[in-house]
Amino acid sequence: MTDRPDVDLAAEDPADVPTGTDAVAPPADGEDAAARRLSTAPVEAPADAPVSLGLLGWLRWGWRTLTSMRTALILLFLLALASVPGSIFPQRGTAPVDVTQWIQENPALGRFLDRLGMFDVFASPWFAAIYLLLFVSLAGCVLPRAAQHWRIVRSRPPAAPLNLSRLPEHRRLESDAEPQRVLDDAAQWLRAHRWRVDTEAATDPDGGWVAAEKGYARETGNLVFHVALLGILLAVALGSLAGFRGVVLVREGSSFADTRAQYDSFTPGRAFDDADLPPFAFTLDSFDAQFQRGGQQDGAAREFSADLTVTPEPGAEPEKVRVEVNEPLVVGGVKAFLVGHGYAPTVTVRDADGEIVFRDSVVFLPQDGAFTSTGVVKVPDTVPQLALQGFFLPTAAVDDVRGPHSTFPEDDDPAVFLAAWTGDLGLDSGRPQSVYRLDTEGMTRIGIDALRPGESWELPDGSATVTFDGYVEWASFSVARDPGKELALLASVVAMIGLAASLLISRRRVWVRVNPGPGGVTVVEVAGLTRSEHASVADEVEALTEALPVTTSTSTTTTPPRA
Amino acid sequence: MSVDTTLAQASNGLVYASMVAYTVSMIGFAASFASTKGRDLTPAATAQGVAADAESGGVAVVTRTDLGGPDDGALPPGRRAANIATSVMWLATILLGAGILMRGLSVHRMPLGNMYEFSLASGFAVALTYLVISLRRDVRWLGIFVVIPVLLTLGLAVTVLYTEAAQLVPALKSYWLVIHVSAAVICAGAFSISAAASSLYLVADTGERRAAAGQPYWLAGLARRLPESTRLDGMAYRIIAFMFPLWTFAIIAGAIWAENAWGRYWGWDPKETWAFITWVAYAAYLHARATAGWKGRRAAYVALVAFATFLFNYFGVNILLPGLHSYGGV
Repeated sequence: MTDRPDVDLAAEDPADVPTGTDAVAPPADGEDAAARRLSTAPVEAPADAPVSLGLLGWLRWGWRTLTSMRTALILLFLLALASVPGSIFPQRGTAPVDVTQWIQENPALGRFLDRLGMFDVFASPWFAAIYLLLFVSLAGCVLPRAAQHWRIVRSRPPAAPLNLSRLPEHRRLESDAEPQRVLDDAAQWLRAHRWRVDTEAATDPDGGWVAAEKGYARETGNLVFHVALLGILLAVALGSLAGFRGVVLVREGSSFADTRAQYDSFTPGRAFDDADLPPFAFTLDSFDAQFQRGGQQDGAAREFSADLTVTPEPGAEPEKVRVEVNEPLVVGGVKAFLVGHGYAPTVTVRDADGEIVFRDSVVFLPQDGAFTSTGVVKVPDTVPQLALQGFFLPTAAVDDVRGPHSTFPEDDDPAVFLAAWTGDLGLDSGRPQSVYRLDTEGMTRIGIDALRPGESWELPDGSATVTFDGYVEWASFSVARDPGKELALLASVVAMIGLAASLLISRRRVWVRVNPGPGGVTVVEVAGLTRSEHASVADEVEALTEALPVTTSTSTTTTPPRA
Repeated sequence: MSVDTTLAQASNGLVYASMVAYTVSMIGFAASFASTKGRDLTPAATAQGVAADAESGGVAVVTRTDLGGPDDGALPPGRRAANIATSVMWLATILLGAGILMRGLSVHRMPLGNMYEFSLASGFAVALTYLVISLRRDVRWLGIFVVIPVLLTLGLAVTVLYTEAAQLVPALKSYWLVIHVSAAVICAGAFSISAAASSLYLVADTGERRAAAGQPYWLAGLARRLPESTRLDGMAYRIIAFMFPLWTFAIIAGAIWAENAWGRYWGWDPKETWAFITWVAYAAYLHARATAGWKGRRAAYVALVAFATFLFNYFGVNILLPGLHSYGGV
């Protein structure tokens, strides 16, 4: 140590730094020497800023502060704390509609929170700052430790301390056997039990010894775990750069071809190329949903299944595939997941002359668990333009409080409740419009009516007749490809194995020392040491002792209590 | 598939029977606790206890002479009550296990599909964790602090969280349910016991500090009946060190399932976010124990915060925060 230890500590060979941080109590000298390098935990240096260090000194200080355990701890707390708002506020990544609604309902607060990134926490700069600092801190801590561990793994176990009785685990025995034979037996037993062994012959003037060490996998596991965390980060980055995610609604009888234009929403990664979309196509032949009838969970979903005809690539033979929740369609390197469903009422509009001006099944979006669904039928080809806005109810009911609503998600008693609007749909205004919303500015409501399947309604102004022909079901599919997911799985499994090794294995040392005693006997001392908190080396010292050619045993056994 | 109502009713009956047995067990542990004399909290006496333990081989967790001494026929006060309480707790746990089994048989699936079933399983896991530890260590002093939370969990389950036996929503129909949720249930059991040990550590530690300084402590009566604070701290740590890899596994299993059900392995759904927060909090605890100035009491507070995030992930997220995991059936 120099006169400024807090500065030069990092420059020293880390292997020579006494590792006091794992000690429960200040250890005795002998124990300290024996425990040297038993733990590779970083040494806590005082974190005060040193005086007048110059730029290099400040950089060193900053780096050491960043890579200290205390900083890592604070960053971990910050990471946990920063995640909390992501679970409280709706997030753009998962619920963009909820975010818009939240901001509309609380305009001032919403805009303020939006500027802070509260609706996009996990993509916000401050969240990234925390985890990037944490990973830099991690790398700065792990890399030197890895180098140190590499040296330790290749080096020999440290020589036996002169005074073994100062170690926490100690046995003293006497033997009739030759000193060298005791040492050979000890070394043989230890090697057989996969300890790393070093020996000094019994002819040594200070007495011969065997030193052994085990449990290197603790630190190896610890380092592997932390490096694997970097692997997970890499996998997440890869997935969000080169992957894509799209959602598409398909009505029964309709088809979907995998091009960007056909998706209802499409989120590509920055490095994603549309040419990477696999050229598959499918038709939704039928969709079936079943729900619990009666009981406490009346109306709860029980069974969803979608029957598809899939063409894996142009010209390939179409195949029938059933897709369910937890059983996605796997085609062309992507998976298509069944994520939602609903009803699409089929509406025909005839003008005053009886000519069909509109006929289609229009997707209505479910608003509650009983599938009270809302939607808009836009008919641009009449003059003035016509829109039908309202509800589709699979099991229709009306009451004073809730108005028209559905009481069960299955189609027991279907009906539509529609309001007719005439005027300008605003489709030519150039502003993007949602197909599920009606911009009523520039339109006049001319009447409302309720229709059951097959029923028609002549609009009050006589301009058109609306027929509710029936309905089909629709299903929505999430199509995703994440090129990072295999790496993420591999890295997290490696991380878990490393973690288990670092927490469940303990690093420990044992020594055997022989000295000639009075009357021609050999005095044998066996001692052990571990610095892992939840482990004891007592059982192994005991087993080693029993394996030695011992005749008498003096009872100077010391075993500290388990902490 | 239909629901077998006879088995479902039998399940309910067994759960209530187990609650009666847990109550008897609780009374036994309470009686034992009250009649135990306890130890001297001053540092000299504590050191003596450690030394006495060292001579006995240093394996027992408890060194109190009234519980840990040799069995010479005459049982020390409180020991018989604790033994009876432990036996009754075994009975209660077997009844609860049978109740969970009947529930599963009645619906032909793993009974882990809603908060009621998860709560029963968590209570079972807490009790079983304690009983398994009790086979190897003398932890009778801990019994009362395990039985009370188990009873509260079961009480909450049968009143607020009760859900009729029924089939699952489609999202839960996967073998990953068994893997992911049972790992989470085992973690719930073990983290609860660890949190109890951490809380008691704080009490014992304060008791010892106050006794050393000659100051009064309103919980001295409790502190006296607990093992040395270092033992409690070590026990809390060992459980977390053992369970943290399993919690990691539970999250990874959930991610694999999520990839298979929703097309992404991680989407910051509230449940996922809070599982992450819990993971980070326990990671912080493990780091705190290796950081100078953070060992001991501060680390214990971190462990308790981590457990609070675990509890919030279960109760708070299921009930308060909407998300993909909202099939609690409440």
